Amino acid sequence: MNKKVMVYSTPTCPFCTMAKRFLKENNIDFEDIDVSADQTKAREMVQKSGQMAVPVLDVNGEVIVGFDRERIKKALGL
Amino acid sequence: MFDLIIIGAGPAGIAASIYAARKKMNFLVIAKNIGGQAAWSGDIENYIGYQFITGPELVEKFEEHMLKYGIQTKENEEVMELRKKNDKIWVKSDREVYEGKTAIIASGKRSRELGVPGETEFKNRGLTYCATCDAPLFAEKDVAVIGGGNSALDAALQLIQIAKHIHVINITSALGGDEIMREKVAKSEKVSILNSTRVTAVIGDSMVTGIKIKREDKEETLPVEGIFVEIGLSPNSEFAKEVEKNELGEIKVNCQTETSVPGIFAAGDVTNVLEKQIIVAAGEGAKAALMAFRYLAQQK
Repeated sequence: MNKKVMVYSTPTCPFCTMAKRFLKENNIDFEDIDVSADQTKAREMVQKSGQMAVPVLDVNGEVIVGFDRERIKKALGL
Repeated sequence: MFDLIIIGAGPAGIAASIYAARKKMNFLVIAKNIGGQAAWSGDIENYIGYQFITGPELVEKFEEHMLKYGIQTKENEEVMELRKKNDKIWVKSDREVYEGKTAIIASGKRSRELGVPGETEFKNRGLTYCATCDAPLFAEKDVAVIGGGNSALDAALQLIQIAKHIHVINITSALGGDEIMREKVAKSEKVSILNSTRVTAVIGDSMVTGIKIKREDKEETLPVEGIFVEIGLSPNSEFAKEVEKNELGEIKVNCQTETSVPGIFAAGDVTNVLEKQIIVAAGEGAKAALMAFRYLAQQK
């Protein structure tokens, strides 16, 4: 089962790094979106999540704010 | 019933958990996150064994070490109350209630809050405590930095590269922090510094639209879309009602990590130990676990 995963992040945020590491460890492919380099994507993230903090994960349309391991696992069916 | 309940998984809590695992104690770790403030640290050059390592990398090493002992952490769980009842430690989190024979409080510190109306409501809706994380989301926007020390100056310096205009709102009559940082901030045309000014409210609709400030009894509203709160740290000690604390809210411990309540130990930045250092917190965490082990042996 292939799920589309997007991670909205900034290069300097520790919980973004941890979230991405967690996905890699679980062999999950994801699109890494650096919102500090792309203002359109930054606005998209704010619209999707209704807030302005990174990281934001989009797992097949389910939006998860922050590095919440349990929620990410559930959304991915891990 | 657990032998030991460890609250927090920063350097102190993690060190305690590794010592507890090696003593084969039946224990539990409850934490809001793994790494605590260490995860937010930039470059670390004073943790022995590593001449240079970043905060997130050091935390990754800590986690690997925990995993080696199979230590599971109740992550994203917040402790609301901790009490001693009939010789048992009773811990209530936002999810469950646990009982232990001993506890180690290693819950660290968090960014201090302003305590004004609108702050909680607009947290992560324009108001943030982590300039390093969230500053890039405020490109070409008017923002305010609250505070007058090095962390506020550092936030302002980061924002100069990104935001349109930065108001630095400082409660004292002059900025603190290092001279070299103050100069850099003052030099920028993008920055205006408001000394002797206090924040009275955060306002907005779905996101922040402004901040109310008061200066010499005159109140005004600054239109800003971003608010960066950088006014220092507070200990996460409110849930521990019975233990003695100092005037800063830090839990008082003796040189053996004992608090005023027998069976409750504390370690790391949440305590009144003066040195707030990763290596000190780790050492105190190790001491606390060994003390809890000794305490249990004496009870038998």
